[in-house]
Amino acid sequence: MEAIKATFFQECEELLADLEAGLLALEGGDTDPETVNAVFRAVHSVKGGAGAFGLEQLVRFAHVFETTLDHLRSHELEQTAHVLKVMLRAADLLADLVRAAQSGAHLDEARCQALAEELVALSGDHAAESEPMGAASGADYLLGDDFDFKPLQVAFTDSGDGAGGAVMDEPGLTDWVIRFRPLATLYLKANDPALVLRELERLGALEVGLEQSELPLLDDLDPEGAYLAWTLRLRTSASEADIREAFEFVDGDCDLEVTAVADPFAAQFEEEPAASPVSSDVELDVMALIQRAQAEVASSDGGDIFEPAALAEIAPDSPTPSPAAAPAAKTADAAAVAPVTTTIRVDLDRVDRLINLVGELVINQAMLSQRVIEAGLVRSSNVALGLDDLEQLTREIQDSVMAIRAQPVKSVFQRMPRLIREIAAATGKQVRLVTEGEGTEVDKTVIERLTDPITHMIRNAIDHGLEKPADRVAAGKPAEGMVKLSAFHRSGRIVIEITDDGAGIDRKRVRDKAIEKGLIAAEAVLTDEETDNLLFMPGFSTASAISDISGRGVGMDVVKRSVQGLGGRITIASRPGEGSTFTLSLPLTLAVLDGMVVTVDGHTLVAPLTAVIETLQPKPDTVRSLGPSGMVVAVRDAFVPLIDIGANLGFRSTPIDPCSGVALLVENDVGGHAALLVDAIQGQRQVVIKSLESNYQQVDGIAAATILGDGRVALILDVDAIIANRRPEPTPAPAPEHNPPLLATAS
Amino acid sequence: MSRTVLTVDDSRTMRDMLHMALTDAGFRVLQAVDGVHGLEMLEADDAPDVIITDINMPRLDGFGFIEGVRQDARHRATPILVLTTESDSAKKNRAREAGATGWIVKPFNPEKLVEAVRRVAA
Repeated sequence: MEAIKATFFQECEELLADLEAGLLALEGGDTDPETVNAVFRAVHSVKGGAGAFGLEQLVRFAHVFETTLDHLRSHELEQTAHVLKVMLRAADLLADLVRAAQSGAHLDEARCQALAEELVALSGDHAAESEPMGAASGADYLLGDDFDFKPLQVAFTDSGDGAGGAVMDEPGLTDWVIRFRPLATLYLKANDPALVLRELERLGALEVGLEQSELPLLDDLDPEGAYLAWTLRLRTSASEADIREAFEFVDGDCDLEVTAVADPFAAQFEEEPAASPVSSDVELDVMALIQRAQAEVASSDGGDIFEPAALAEIAPDSPTPSPAAAPAAKTADAAAVAPVTTTIRVDLDRVDRLINLVGELVINQAMLSQRVIEAGLVRSSNVALGLDDLEQLTREIQDSVMAIRAQPVKSVFQRMPRLIREIAAATGKQVRLVTEGEGTEVDKTVIERLTDPITHMIRNAIDHGLEKPADRVAAGKPAEGMVKLSAFHRSGRIVIEITDDGAGIDRKRVRDKAIEKGLIAAEAVLTDEETDNLLFMPGFSTASAISDISGRGVGMDVVKRSVQGLGGRITIASRPGEGSTFTLSLPLTLAVLDGMVVTVDGHTLVAPLTAVIETLQPKPDTVRSLGPSGMVVAVRDAFVPLIDIGANLGFRSTPIDPCSGVALLVENDVGGHAALLVDAIQGQRQVVIKSLESNYQQVDGIAAATILGDGRVALILDVDAIIANRRPEPTPAPAPEHNPPLLATAS
Repeated sequence: MSRTVLTVDDSRTMRDMLHMALTDAGFRVLQAVDGVHGLEMLEADDAPDVIITDINMPRLDGFGFIEGVRQDARHRATPILVLTTESDSAKKNRAREAGATGWIVKPFNPEKLVEAVRRVAA
């Protein structure tokens, strides 16, 4: 408390300085209403703080000063030189009062009184309206503000343990019948009838009866409407005023009748509720607070918010999910289910350190395994078995540690509605945002670096994708455009789609622009996909005049680069007149990877296991040549391109005989297939990803590197890039089964 | 899980007092210095269970803040308590019209404050 008091006086110094500066500015002819407001707030804050510390003299004067300033603020009082002079003197006195309060002294009351009267006099006619000055009004102010908050008697119905100690003897109990019908406005203010009932229950034994006769059928139900009412029977020693106090916050937003019942049926309630008086000292009573908090926890954990009888009445009687019934049910459910989860906040650095250590642990465990094998121990030896357990544990630790960093993408998605509103306002377009899969979890690092690309793509979608309302109506679409942002997991990656229902990519314009910018030759023949991908070329911008919206910040090329930096890929699908979809596919974590370890020309490489569908041994009759160097392999009833990794990465100049190696059938993000030819498969292993870019530079076809159990470095293949580079046809996801001549030879 | 309370007040003294009283009572406390800041805090991940706001604040006052909160679908049902030194009911009514759930009269003691928060917190 003393520390806060010190803060208060410190803040007072600043406020008083602001006050003086503001008044001087006003004296100098400043007419900005905000200046008057600031002056008012300064005095107001001094008063508020002083009130909290019981600095009566200060409060009294500040109140008078504030009232006069309020008149100035509302232009009831003209801002004249004389007025400001008095106010500056008042500010000086206020400063003196603050200093006096700080040293525990009192100023001469007469001086305060005189200036207070002068301030009141300023308001002239308004003086009559404002309170008479002097000690009495100050006291009134202090006490009068205290209106409704009388010390409450807290009664727990389950107080068999006599909590609170000081059991008060209740003289007489009265039965009350309370009819409580909330209006819709009650819900709009976030009030909850269940909470009001909870308040009442603190007063005594409460019987709750629900009236739901007004509840319409679901079709007619207005989710914002109010249909429920309660008839409550309360047995308490509290007065009617105490009962009405429970309804204080909902006063005016409900129909309320409180009537006393003359004939109490005494036998029904035998147990007399014990009451613990709540301390109401102005001084902070920590013990009382703790006791209160504990009692509260105890009462809510026990699910004792409602009596079982009351619950039984509410629950089965409310078949429709009405908004009014929901809170009551929710409270009950929460109490019944309530396996309360607790959270702690941890410095991110610590988590990262843990993740690094676990990464090292994984490597170390792999090395140990290797050593055991090298030592010639049999797999059934105790050491080897223990090592298996260790591997299992390591994996679980790793998963758990990763889960610490996993966060729902909600934090990114949440920022978008505001962005949409701003852009919609700036572009004059009507936009509705639909989000899906907000709960999809992904590593925190990925999330942090997702915001900018998503933000930019949404800007793009609205600015370039969606048409103006009039154009949309002309095209037979609703005037309001839709942007959909969805996230989901697919084969170990997180996929984020940004879809708009706009005009789609104007490929002719994109092409013209690219030619104009010299990005492609005028006679170049491009597929639709290639045209769309021109958007990602550095220096490309389709808007004739770079608009304020999309032009801000980064271009699509930067978006693509930042997505690639996350180990992700971005693809476009667009249909003229129907809209476009931008798809981001990203790894869930940037730290580990399940890999298939393979040998290629003496080198050890790792292929991400998530990309590998199956492995197969090419046979001479399943492999065909295609063109001068291309090869395809028959996989069941389809042909897929066969890519020799060794040749592709430049380990060797001529491809090996396909039949001497093993092919990994892999799939890329858009469902394209390819078979990667390697010399041999070593096995599957979890590897810790070490960035190649940060240690060396980006290499096409290589995603990253890792350290193997034997300490050697292995490169991790970028399967998508390899497929993209080697794709024989330029069309996306070539489906070889659409190739009749080959299909004929396959079977 | 302890409940989270967002306090919106331009006065550091008041923020400190709220913070102390609420943390002592076991609440987790988020703090904003004015209405604009308060709305920004609500954009972030951490949705409070109860909001306590002052009325007189720079940039955006309590009324504007409450209206802003109520316009956001995510926070329509979050209880908002207004801190007021005003004994006149006009301010209180204006706050309620804006969508305030209840009020706390300054000067308050910790019991009163916690009691009011408890009253509106589900």
